[in-house]
Amino acid sequence: MAINRRDFLKLGGLAVISSVASSALAKNFTKGSETLTGKRWVMVIDVLKCKENSAMCVSKCVEACHVVHNVPQIPDKKKEIKWIWEEKFQHAFPELSTNRYLNEKFWDVPFLLLCNHCDEPPCVRVCPTQATFKRYDGIVMMDFHRCIGCRFCMAACPYGARSFNWFDSKSYLTKVNPEYPARSKGVVEKCTFCDERLAEGKIPACVEACPGKALHFGDLANLNDPIHQILKGRIAIRRKEALTTKPSVYYLIG
Amino acid sequence: MHNSDKVIVGIIIFILFFAMPFWLNFGKAKALPKPELPSDTKECVESREYMRAYHMKMLLDWRDKKVREGQVYYINSQGKFFKMSLQNTCMKCHKSMEKFCDRCHKTASAHPDCWNCHIKPEEVSKWQ
Amino acid sequence: MIEKALRGGVGYWLWLLFLLSLVFIGFLCYLYQLKVGLGITGLSRDVSWGFYIANFTFLVGVAAAAVMVVLPYYWHNYKEFGKITIFAEFLAISAVIMCLLFVFVDIGNPMRAFNVLRYPTPNSIMFYDVLVLSGYLLLNLLCGWTVLHSYYRDTKYPSWLKPFIYLAIVWAPTIHIVTAFLYQGIPGRHFWLTAIMAPRFLASAFSAGPALILILMSIIKKVANIDVGERPIQTLAKIVTYAFILNMLFFLFELFTAFYSNIESHKLPIEYLFFGLHGHAEWVGFMWVSYILAVIALLLLITPYTRKRETTLILACIFVFVSTWIDKGIGLITAGFTPTPFETITTYIPTLPEIGITIGVWATGFLVLTILYKVAIEVMKSKELRVKYEGFLF
Repeated sequence: MAINRRDFLKLGGLAVISSVASSALAKNFTKGSETLTGKRWVMVIDVLKCKENSAMCVSKCVEACHVVHNVPQIPDKKKEIKWIWEEKFQHAFPELSTNRYLNEKFWDVPFLLLCNHCDEPPCVRVCPTQATFKRYDGIVMMDFHRCIGCRFCMAACPYGARSFNWFDSKSYLTKVNPEYPARSKGVVEKCTFCDERLAEGKIPACVEACPGKALHFGDLANLNDPIHQILKGRIAIRRKEALTTKPSVYYLIG
Repeated sequence: MHNSDKVIVGIIIFILFFAMPFWLNFGKAKALPKPELPSDTKECVESREYMRAYHMKMLLDWRDKKVREGQVYYINSQGKFFKMSLQNTCMKCHKSMEKFCDRCHKTASAHPDCWNCHIKPEEVSKWQ
Repeated sequence: MIEKALRGGVGYWLWLLFLLSLVFIGFLCYLYQLKVGLGITGLSRDVSWGFYIANFTFLVGVAAAAVMVVLPYYWHNYKEFGKITIFAEFLAISAVIMCLLFVFVDIGNPMRAFNVLRYPTPNSIMFYDVLVLSGYLLLNLLCGWTVLHSYYRDTKYPSWLKPFIYLAIVWAPTIHIVTAFLYQGIPGRHFWLTAIMAPRFLASAFSAGPALILILMSIIKKVANIDVGERPIQTLAKIVTYAFILNMLFFLFELFTAFYSNIESHKLPIEYLFFGLHGHAEWVGFMWVSYILAVIALLLLITPYTRKRETTLILACIFVFVSTWIDKGIGLITAGFTPTPFETITTYIPTLPEIGITIGVWATGFLVLTILYKVAIEVMKSKELRVKYEGFLF
């Protein structure tokens, strides 16, 4: 069926305009008034409080995070998935544990490790699909829909903060939060600073769950945020500073 | 034609193979799908016609806006606010993947993989 | 010309059947992986890349090595390489196909593979890797096939092909440099964070690739009676020799930096590979085999007497190939992840299904290689004034 060029261009133009018009129904999106907004979210972990309460600590933070986010409990340690967990000092700060005086002070203290939501994250730099990306509020986000599971981010993360779904996770769930999805096999996952809770005006689950109030969360870019008071006058360290990834998780060790 | 016996037999097998969907499903045409609509609400996020045509596009828009841009609410053409969530907004009214989503999807042979990750309302009882 | 691959002796069809059965086994293993997930491999949260990526890394080098033959022939008119150029290009095609397959079987969500192209990410080296590998495949297919076809039709290759050939020559080291960049820009993995990664990659590629070409040429001589000549073999042998010397030197440079600086994070991966660490010594045997073979190969290659005789040369080439495969393959990957960021050690050993899939991919590559080589050989044969035809396979 022959069609001359003018008619083809007219039809084509019409098709483009109509598709744009039909999709131009109200496309308004907005945050809520209750949404917690920030420019640079940080978490501050008061290690001395963890040390103080370590006898009665049952890792409510870890439990809260993993329950709220449907993180599966996989028995094989090699294939485990964890968004936040505890490590001993020599494994949390291996670059510092050649210092025996620090080692002596902290050898039995639980250090909470999670994604550091670095200011300059190497994982974001290497992701080929931008499935992990740095959001406007400083959170290094995961888009589970886009992730192809190449695990380049896992290789690039200097902190070992990322886990991979080696199997279908649903069969390993014990409790389920029906308000949050699980993940299918083949995607990388990690802490997202509870972005879905921030959207509803709630602080991260781990921060809320700690009975000893050892965890704090705030916006470092907001000079009125109480996080500044917490950090002032204390000694705060971050993991692997020498790599200049500029992590957003501070550990108060003094 | 050279090898005409082999060629003609090949063509017949080819036609039979590619017409399989037709002669395998002969006489099995079903009635139009009837998804079970929610009894308590009459209005969805947008009109029925719009949702029929664009629900998948809307869901994709929602997920990009929510996950990637941190937006929370969708304002529909009537100005009503809806929290963007498949599990908590859409399924709160539609309540069942099998009785709603699947009814049309099975007929149309559409296989969206939402529920590989997202938790179906039917599944929740498995863990409670 | 493809019809030339459809006629062959019994040996040819038996070889293809053998390869197809390996491909089939690999395919079944892959279906199992698709069903259950990457959990069927020996990979773990700490060692998240393994045998697939190891083979991929090694094969990118083999693919790039075609340039060692193509460059002298096209840029410097080294006519002696006239007969091997097509075989080098066809090897590159087969190797790149294996690379792309290894990447594909390694990703967790293969159905989403096109996301890499749908959402281009200029800051991601892996994005570039996908582009350059696909481009290299297309370039080699174009150049190799067109040149062979022109030769078949007794004419010089068309002039429009020349820029593509030149592009392929520049592209070849690029694919391997980009692959090296995958590793050498990662801040947390100290075994990889070294500027000499790219030169090491190139040196090992330009020794292993031509070594494989030499092995293949000797096989072709035996089974298809195609003799490419003594001079190209010897020139290529010298290229393998010098590239391999550089490869070993670069390794010694790495040893110096790690042990003279005495920095733990630099020393530990090397200690893990060669001596074991904290009771974990999985790869010690393999690494020593790799380097002992390397030393023997080096001696055989440097000594003119053994380099000039075919049996010792081919033995040296086999040693170079196997040694580099271990060192640049699994040695490179596991050392990058060991010790972990927590300074612990997590063992990685490939599982049977993982090995099955790997064998399947290698068999696919050799299948492509066999078919392409058959075409090239038949074209060459039709040009030769050889009367006697005593080929067994072909």
